[in-house]
Amino acid sequence: MASPSKDMLLDWYRQMVLIREFEETCHRLYEEKRITGVYMHLYSGHEASGIGSMAALRPSDHVITAYRDHGIALILGMDPGAVMAEMMGKKTGSSGGKGGSMHLASAEHNFWGGYAIVGGHLPLAAGIALEARYRGSDDVTMTYVGDGATNNGYFHESLNMSSIWDLPVVWIIENNGYGMGTEVNRASGQIELHRKAEAYGIKSFGRVNAQDALEVYAVATQAVDYARKHGPAVVEHVTYRYRGHGVSDKQYDSREDMSAELREWMDCREPIKILRDQILKKHTGVKAVLAAHEEDAKRIVKGAVEFAEASELPTTYQELFQNTYVHSKMVHKTDMSVGAGID
Amino acid sequence: MAGRNVAMREAIRRALQEEMRRDENVFVMGEEVAYWQGTHRVTRGFLEEFGERRVRDTPISEMAIGGVAVGAAMAGLRPVAEFMTINFAFLALDAIANHAGKVRYFFDGMFKVPLVYRAASGWGNQATASHSHSPEPIFAHFPGVYVGCPSNSMDAYGMLKTSIRDDNPVLFTESIALYPKPGPMPDDEDTDYLIPIGKGDIKREGSDVTLVAYARGVDWALQAARQLAREGVEAEVVDLRWLRPLDMDLVYSSFKKTNRCVIVEESLPMYSFGSEIAALLQEHMFDYMDAPIKRVAAEDVPLPYSKEIELLALPDAQKVADAVKEIV
Repeated sequence: MASPSKDMLLDWYRQMVLIREFEETCHRLYEEKRITGVYMHLYSGHEASGIGSMAALRPSDHVITAYRDHGIALILGMDPGAVMAEMMGKKTGSSGGKGGSMHLASAEHNFWGGYAIVGGHLPLAAGIALEARYRGSDDVTMTYVGDGATNNGYFHESLNMSSIWDLPVVWIIENNGYGMGTEVNRASGQIELHRKAEAYGIKSFGRVNAQDALEVYAVATQAVDYARKHGPAVVEHVTYRYRGHGVSDKQYDSREDMSAELREWMDCREPIKILRDQILKKHTGVKAVLAAHEEDAKRIVKGAVEFAEASELPTTYQELFQNTYVHSKMVHKTDMSVGAGID
Repeated sequence: MAGRNVAMREAIRRALQEEMRRDENVFVMGEEVAYWQGTHRVTRGFLEEFGERRVRDTPISEMAIGGVAVGAAMAGLRPVAEFMTINFAFLALDAIANHAGKVRYFFDGMFKVPLVYRAASGWGNQATASHSHSPEPIFAHFPGVYVGCPSNSMDAYGMLKTSIRDDNPVLFTESIALYPKPGPMPDDEDTDYLIPIGKGDIKREGSDVTLVAYARGVDWALQAARQLAREGVEAEVVDLRWLRPLDMDLVYSSFKKTNRCVIVEESLPMYSFGSEIAALLQEHMFDYMDAPIKRVAAEDVPLPYSKEIELLALPDAQKVADAVKEIV
């Protein structure tokens, strides 16, 4: 089993508390109407899933995910200020205010983005991995897939294609128990979701307790290694979402069974506590570092909010239309009367 | 000197083959493109020349074909993804409209999506309802994707080359009825013959009425124009060639001369190419309008199998000529 160094573990802790602080701040800002989008799906509770698995990657590898993308963006090192500004639709946002919460991306980090149509990014992941195969590179494309996406056609077509073409994709199924409000066992005839991938001849690394970053990392290193050498791999991360499907999810207020379930996960399977205990059991003299990371997270997120709130909104038609197309000399003309776009 | 006549199918094949020879990043993927040699024989000989790496048979998975092309294009390749027919591209509408056409926008210019979707289009030959669509306007509805629909060999050659070389996503439709139709080609040496995206073309000059069309509709318009000329009516035929962006300046300049217009299309009439052109004309050319704008399209019905009633549903040159006579 791969054993992460002390520095790695401390860095995971840094990432984990930063994500939690960022997400809980987003939730508060949404409640206060300082973030005004309709859709925002928070990564609180999922942190170990992304951190443990991406720790198995090298910088030239690729990452793509669905709309629960804030945590993925922060793990990859995107600037929290630019991410927060995107929540607020500001010009300084990582997508210039065009994408919002569900569409974070960073070309420089090989982060190919968050996508809002369930399963819509899966063939894109296969396409990105195809480019690597085409050029003879062994870079892998780590692809996060929600449990709900395993029921739609994109999942089946994309996984099958990744298998017949031996594409270097690691399919990470983040199974948080619900596709929006529907329990996995009410939505999927096969509740061990990684087995759906096995049906296409994809190597499965089974189910992982994804509240434990060490366990996630141990399996991810094997899956990444396999994908690099052979072809697609799948891992099912069993996790839980602390803030519901999205910020407008009120089920936890009205359903006692769900709120009890949430409390149980938070009390018994809290990823930050699990990692903290693991670090303290293994390493001495690190309490001050952990405390410093907690303080830094608060400071960084506070700074991000200040930066975002001080930034300007895009307001012009020029900003509205730009980047609909690549500006190209091969395009004869654009027709503003039908909004064909300016650039 | 113009090259000799070739069928539109061969013009498309040649354009694609030359672009693959020119640029290692161009590859084709789709159902039956490799070993079958292409359902419509457009990729005939490609597997032998370029190999399996660049000529990729896919399973019957239109959603994945649509989306894999997007990812590969974002990552730096130049995929030419074939939908065996455009009817099957409905399954990929999300990949085309929501991903190919929006990835650049919602990440504010971070990525390019230089891909081409090719799709055989059109109705007739008793193909029956679900295989009988010419739905180009549906795909042209969404900003972010250009839509090209050639009407002859030379245009198909030049338009496809531009589509492959341009950095934007293009949906390129090929009328099945036009595949075997021979037409002139550019000079044999001119492998850089490019037709700019969104540039229309006057296929016949005339002063009495403007016929606006694309793809197979251009054939019907030209046939009708020849018939009308014998009766003393000179029709100008505007081939828009691209449904997005639309070369409306070309339509307007013709309309200012003729003051009358009939719009011809193979597609269905509701929310259509004809609706769009007519709306733009009344909005921008009201002072030049001497008669109602007429539209000739397919009948508003699913296409049946049986030959006689199938033909009733389709537009043809006579329907175009009849529409012209109502307004001149």
